[in-house]
Amino acid sequence: MSDYQSTYLTLSAILFAIGTLGVIIRKDAIVVFLSIEIMLGAVNLAFIAFSRANQSAEGIFMVMCVMAVAGAEAAIGLGIFVFLYRKTGTINIDKFNLLKW
Amino acid sequence: MMFDLVWLIPTFPLAGVLLNGLLGRRIEDKNKSLVHWIACGAVGLSFLVTLALFVKLLGLPSDKRLYDFTWFTWIAAGDFKVSVGYQIDPLSMFMCMFVTGVGFLIHVYSIGYMWHDEGRYYRYFTYLNLFMFSMITLILADNFLLMFLGWEGVGVCSYLLISFWFTDVANAIAGKKAFITNRVGDFFFAVGMLLLLTQLGGHGVWSLKFADVFANAYMLSPKLITVICLLFFLGCTAKSAQIPLYIWLPDAMAGPTPVSALIHAATMVTAGVYFVARCNVLYSMSTFAMGVVAVVGALTALLAATIALTQNDIKKVLAYSTVSQLGYMFLGLGVGAFAAGLFHVLTHSFFKALLFMCSGCVIHAMSGEQDMRKMGGLRHKMPITFYTMVIGTLAIVGFPGLSGFFSKDEILWKAFSGEQGSSILWLMGVLAAAMTAFYMFRLIFMTFFNECRASEEVQKHIHEAPKTMTVPLIVLSVLSIIGGYIGVPESLGGSNLVEHFLDPVIGLGHDKLFQSAGGPPLMHNISEVAVHHHAVEAEYWLMLIAVGIVFGGILLAYLMYMKKRSLPETLASGNPSFYRLLLNKWYVDEIYEKMVINPLRSISVFLWKGIDVVVIDGLVNSTAKFFMNCGVISKASQSGYVQRYAVSFLVGVFVLVAYYIYIR
Repeated sequence: MSDYQSTYLTLSAILFAIGTLGVIIRKDAIVVFLSIEIMLGAVNLAFIAFSRANQSAEGIFMVMCVMAVAGAEAAIGLGIFVFLYRKTGTINIDKFNLLKW
Repeated sequence: MMFDLVWLIPTFPLAGVLLNGLLGRRIEDKNKSLVHWIACGAVGLSFLVTLALFVKLLGLPSDKRLYDFTWFTWIAAGDFKVSVGYQIDPLSMFMCMFVTGVGFLIHVYSIGYMWHDEGRYYRYFTYLNLFMFSMITLILADNFLLMFLGWEGVGVCSYLLISFWFTDVANAIAGKKAFITNRVGDFFFAVGMLLLLTQLGGHGVWSLKFADVFANAYMLSPKLITVICLLFFLGCTAKSAQIPLYIWLPDAMAGPTPVSALIHAATMVTAGVYFVARCNVLYSMSTFAMGVVAVVGALTALLAATIALTQNDIKKVLAYSTVSQLGYMFLGLGVGAFAAGLFHVLTHSFFKALLFMCSGCVIHAMSGEQDMRKMGGLRHKMPITFYTMVIGTLAIVGFPGLSGFFSKDEILWKAFSGEQGSSILWLMGVLAAAMTAFYMFRLIFMTFFNECRASEEVQKHIHEAPKTMTVPLIVLSVLSIIGGYIGVPESLGGSNLVEHFLDPVIGLGHDKLFQSAGGPPLMHNISEVAVHHHAVEAEYWLMLIAVGIVFGGILLAYLMYMKKRSLPETLASGNPSFYRLLLNKWYVDEIYEKMVINPLRSISVFLWKGIDVVVIDGLVNSTAKFFMNCGVISKASQSGYVQRYAVSFLVGVFVLVAYYIYIR
């Protein structure tokens, strides 16, 4: 394993941790959403790094899929936020605890 | 085979029940008289079929008079099979004749009596037809279980009809009392039946058919037979109003009077007598059980007669008189005179139905008044009722030449001379007869003689009953006079047709009947009943004494209620405690209240508040509470906040990763 690869992976792990923390801690739904994007980015970075190291296109292929899914997800998620904001006047996720009995 | 038509007998009333029960409201709205045409027609047709079969049966030689008609299988479980089948033999036909006959007359009488009962007319006739169906099933059944079905059916109808005017709470309570008292008896009856079934099953006979049971009863031990007979008899004491379970019958008078006549005098209450007679094979095997039947019968006859002496309600007097007469019947059965007991059932059904229907006419005329102290002088205003009631009274007190005389005399003679008889039983019977004479003539004198004590308003309405009511009275009074002549004892130059007719189903005659029908012999351990060539002279003397005592009773009633009318009050105030004892029916109801009902109630309250509420509810509720609290605790994990779920998700991932890295 070459140096630059471990650097990439370390960066990926740090980004992933930052994203995770953001998801857990931040209250603004859009920021949470951005944090998820950061996590996805971290994953993509790791994919690219492995792809390069293994000299295979599979990782790149996965990245394409992830980016497509992330785009779709962003579209739906933002749609939901707009709707929630219209309904309740806020997108602070502490205000939404409907997912329970 | 003409006997195959027997299924028609119960089917006609059942059809009446279905028609009136399901469509009655509409029929009544359109055409009220159609309701009673259906009901009376159904019973009338039953009577005609019965009559035809009866004539046919008479045409057969006496040892061929047995036919078993199996309609369909009712229950089949392994070796055990019960079918809906009807047995035609002298006993069932004998009962069926007067049940359908008297039943028909009372249906006709009900037309006049119930006509003014708006909106419930069809319901009344539905119940009455249902009763006829159950009673016919009870009588014709060829096995214990089907008979028990009829037995319960008549109980239900009795309940429905006693509390027919249920808007009055007292009537509803009377119906409840009758039903519950009967349930006590029925419980023992059912236990007896199950005991019989399982014990016979132990010998490989899984059947409740009368013929099978009687044919195999010899395999059971005498002790067991005694127990079974006593259990059955307890059932009979409830249905036929004997000590200790007679208490419901006087209260049952809350129902309409035709019901009292039909169910609580002529037919249903004789079911117990019929049953014991039907099981005479079993009872003959147990001297002890027979003795119990005789003693209970005699005691009931005496006790009920004493109570009837002081009652002022015209129907209560008749009710206690019924209890007393039923006691006579059991006395007859108990001393082995099954035919005499059944003969009394027949004559009693004539004159007691007559008496009740007459009292119904009186009550009808008096605008519902039942207290004899407020009657009097009705003789001229209701001549038909008066004469027919006098005939009924003479018949019940055993006036020589009327039906009651022959049957009662037969029982008394057998009580004295029979296998199990004794002079004490005879004396009890004669005393009861004397009291019967007294209270019945007291009733006649108080109701029909002297001045009228009713209010002006009521007096204006007094009138003779309509034709539909008086015609049955006349028919029954004729039957009350001539009904006895089919059983004139040999000592009086008669040939006792009833006894000879019933011979094939009683005792050894039974044996011949079954054997000629290809059955096994029944009487393995019954000694040949000794044929008493009783001293005719003794019978004359006893008869004379009985008649003399009866006349004494009548004379006393005449003295007390016609001549010296202050005498009853003097006597009552002279012996206040004894008078009150009789007036309050020996406080039997109160004793039962204290001894049976109150302890039962306390136990029930304990079971309710102690066991049910605390233990059972507590157990169930605390189980539920436990799981609810578990839920409350674990509910906290389901906060609904996305981020908390994310945290748990993360923790889960860490755990999994750690597991795969460090432990695997």
